[in-house]
Amino acid sequence: MTCDTTVSPTPPAAPSFVATRNACKLCTPLGACLAFAGVEGARTILHGSQGCATYIRRYMISHFKEPVDIASSNFSESATIFGGRDNLRAGLTNVARQYGPSVIGVATTCLAETIGEDVGMYLHEIRREPPAAGKSLPPVVHVSTPSYCGTHAEGFIATVRALVEQLAEPGPPGAHVNVFASMFSPADLRYLKEILREFQLPAMLLPDYSDTLDGPTWDEYQLIPRGGTPLESVRRTGQARASIEFTCVHDTKPSAGSWLCERFGVPQQRLGMPIGVAASDALFGVLETLSGRATPAQHVAERGRLIDAFVDGHKYLFDRRAVVFGEEDLVVGLVGLLRELGVRPVLCASGGESGRMRAAIEALAPELASEIQVCQAADFAELEDRAAGLRPDLLIGHSKGYWLARRLKVPLVRIGFPIHDRVGGARLLHVGYRGAQQLFDRITNTLLEAIQDESEVGYAYL
Amino acid sequence: MISLLEERRAQIHGDSRAPFAMACEKQSVAGSVSPRACVFCGSRVVLYPVADALHLIHGPVGCAAYTWDIRGSLSSGPELHRMSFTTDLREKDVVYGGERKLYQALCELIDHYQPKAAFVYATCIVGVIGDDLDAVCRRVAAEKGLPVLPVHSEGFKGTKKDGYQAACAALFQLVGTGSTAGIGPLSLNILGDFNIAGETWLIRNYYERLGVQVVATITGDGRVDDIRRAHGAALNVVQCSGSMTHLAKMMKDKYGIPFLRVSYFGLEDMSRALYDVAGHFGDTSLQTRAEALVRDEVAAILPDLRRYRKDLQGKRAAVYTGGAFKAFSLVRSLRTLGMKTVMAGSQTGNADDYRLLRELCDEDTILVDDTNPLELAKFVQEKGVDLLIGGVKERPIAYKLGVGFCDHNHERKIGLAGFEGLRQFAREVHSTVMSPVWKLVPRRRAAPADAASCAGDRAVPVGRIGNPSHTQDCARFVGRIANPSHVADCGGCVQSLCEGHAERRLTAEAPAVEIRPQAEHAGPTPLSLALRATENTEAAS
Repeated sequence: MTCDTTVSPTPPAAPSFVATRNACKLCTPLGACLAFAGVEGARTILHGSQGCATYIRRYMISHFKEPVDIASSNFSESATIFGGRDNLRAGLTNVARQYGPSVIGVATTCLAETIGEDVGMYLHEIRREPPAAGKSLPPVVHVSTPSYCGTHAEGFIATVRALVEQLAEPGPPGAHVNVFASMFSPADLRYLKEILREFQLPAMLLPDYSDTLDGPTWDEYQLIPRGGTPLESVRRTGQARASIEFTCVHDTKPSAGSWLCERFGVPQQRLGMPIGVAASDALFGVLETLSGRATPAQHVAERGRLIDAFVDGHKYLFDRRAVVFGEEDLVVGLVGLLRELGVRPVLCASGGESGRMRAAIEALAPELASEIQVCQAADFAELEDRAAGLRPDLLIGHSKGYWLARRLKVPLVRIGFPIHDRVGGARLLHVGYRGAQQLFDRITNTLLEAIQDESEVGYAYL
Repeated sequence: MISLLEERRAQIHGDSRAPFAMACEKQSVAGSVSPRACVFCGSRVVLYPVADALHLIHGPVGCAAYTWDIRGSLSSGPELHRMSFTTDLREKDVVYGGERKLYQALCELIDHYQPKAAFVYATCIVGVIGDDLDAVCRRVAAEKGLPVLPVHSEGFKGTKKDGYQAACAALFQLVGTGSTAGIGPLSLNILGDFNIAGETWLIRNYYERLGVQVVATITGDGRVDDIRRAHGAALNVVQCSGSMTHLAKMMKDKYGIPFLRVSYFGLEDMSRALYDVAGHFGDTSLQTRAEALVRDEVAAILPDLRRYRKDLQGKRAAVYTGGAFKAFSLVRSLRTLGMKTVMAGSQTGNADDYRLLRELCDEDTILVDDTNPLELAKFVQEKGVDLLIGGVKERPIAYKLGVGFCDHNHERKIGLAGFEGLRQFAREVHSTVMSPVWKLVPRRRAAPADAASCAGDRAVPVGRIGNPSHTQDCARFVGRIANPSHVADCGGCVQSLCEGHAERRLTAEAPAVEIRPQAEHAGPTPLSLALRATENTEAAS
């Protein structure tokens, strides 16, 4: 664990541990499964042991409350020794036969990577063999996601890049724009699509699991839930006018946008997570430029109401102390919102370790840099040790922070992924003016509730 | 249109005319979305509830992250088991080996948390990069003076069942290392209950009320020191036989401790567990106390069961569990509630399990081994199911199709074992099957018969009491039941008990079902005893 603190308000409370205690991150293949779930007609195979697929299914199902079918190539001991080519072939064939997918995503696990599986070569060979049961395989996109490299956030980014890298085709330049989503919620994705529509900007959003992971009940069981980014749109990403992507901590190299820029010369526009007014303004500004239109009136109005709400609630928030944790980009995005509200993000932590989170926070909130503890490669036990001395008023992060919130007796505002102890994880909004409005309301009301609960008088009029 | 994979057909028994030959205990088919996890998962779930041990997962972060605090296993004391510890191996560890990191992690964690023992789980890549887990564990054990037990649970080395065995092997290293002072002849260990929502406490309380000393609970609310002296007990009672029979067998071989297979779910199985233990010790006062206990407990829950059963009568359920033993209990419990099991299956059942399940279920009940979401969805649709019982992964299948769901997996936070557990189970089932939300789901609205059945506003045939003699017996009520094996198999009796010979709503289309005597019970069955005991109470009052 490394904790980068310019001026630490309190000395480290406990020695650093070699072991990770209550991890504040998930493994790389989970990010791959989430990204593949946002492609139309896609099914995913994890190349490795059965457990990886099952654990990730359980984790995603518990958050999204939707079916998440992830197949496994199901390594046995002999596959581990002699290679998993036959397992992969059987897995691909069976997935194709059962689901009839339009694309299959194959993500590796640590086991496959450690024994040196060359999935690219396997796929090349399998394609040249006569198809099983006379049915040829759909396109297969593979991504290398060993869980000992990076976190689920890196797995997500690598998968979006792999999709583009393996599917994008050259062609005449089009008028459309690529929008590469970060680990947004289905509600965020729906809202983004709405914004793009209202700017009348032809756009491809990848991945888009707004329907596949947040859909209605069914008349009949759907082999693959409807929705997702059409394959054809992914193929046309190389012909786009520009790419927008939302990350300020991840290396420029592994992203889909930077690859398209290098390979097809598609100009790339990088933004952070559009959380809070300034970051949302930046997004709307880019959309204005790309569409040549002013921000549609309803979004201007929404921004107006948001700032009005900030004004109404500012005294409840000023100088309050928050501990923020989650994916690095999400944490940085939240710092942007909190500084607009006068909330001090006294501890910003992530299990990720890009090495860029501190710089990104400093760039965003230079005036707070000296008082923010920024912990990368953090786990929840370390967070507890540090947070205890910081007297936080609230925690902001996913539901695995509940344990910490309970011990610190501090309320938790649940955002991001996973939300395993509340309903509606898929419906949480984070981005844009509307997302900021929802976050503002929830943060403010959480603090008001705490004031009320702690009060001996207990006024119903605050 | 959902089609079955050819490779999966042998593991599905759907045609009642076909000879029964169920394939099982096979490696999952690649590309079939098996609900099983891996060897590691098997070990992790079995050992997890040992609350004063350190559980260190040697591998990359995922295996630990996904198993952090997942089971609803409670502890009456320390809660170290709820922490998730991992060596969180990185690329350089994979290249240069993780032994050093493992050693450091173990030492610092033992120093900081002062556990009574440590379990060190091997994950997939540990088996590949060749870390000598045993050597590191031996070294730390010697240096720190506590048991440090390697658990060989590399994910690819078989199925979840192999993980159970690895866990049992680790536990067996502890057994026999503690003092057996103070353990009397009427004593037992509870194996294979994991104290979900305090279930082990409930069961322990039952046995203690019988006058039997409980030495160790393995592993629900488990303690290292109790496990170390578990060899002093006179009997092992084993629930969740798939996970713990291995340990019971090893204890029988080495220490001569006999074991009984039990289940604590449902009236019949719970009562039988108590009577079997009483019978094992051959003590009549134990037998009397068991009868009294069953009588009191059954009497306490009957009014509620009566209420729930009235609504649930004739509803159709699909059951999919981890171990097959739980499926048996669920089929019986559903019958107690007047429900019919139209599909049943498990992740890890063996040939004997499926034979028994087949005997227990109706002719036309579909049986599945190591099924997948598409098969489940297919049968849920085709069989017009009102309720699916399974784990979290199965829940959205039911909900998407507008079907009720009951979680009977280890993640649940509601106790379903024991007599009180049956009441909770009935409430769980009732609250999902009878919910008005299904009336809004398009699929259920589109199927009028189904919708009516769901809304509970139509008389439905009572499937199980098509056999005339059976019906007569039911109607004559409890004390006069001539055939005990019949009673054990007859949920209708509870109805008659509950409703006091209420009018039977028999219809012509109710299938005549042959009631098979259950060979394993020659004497009075627990339910008949339970019912008899209750009748005495009612007569007395």
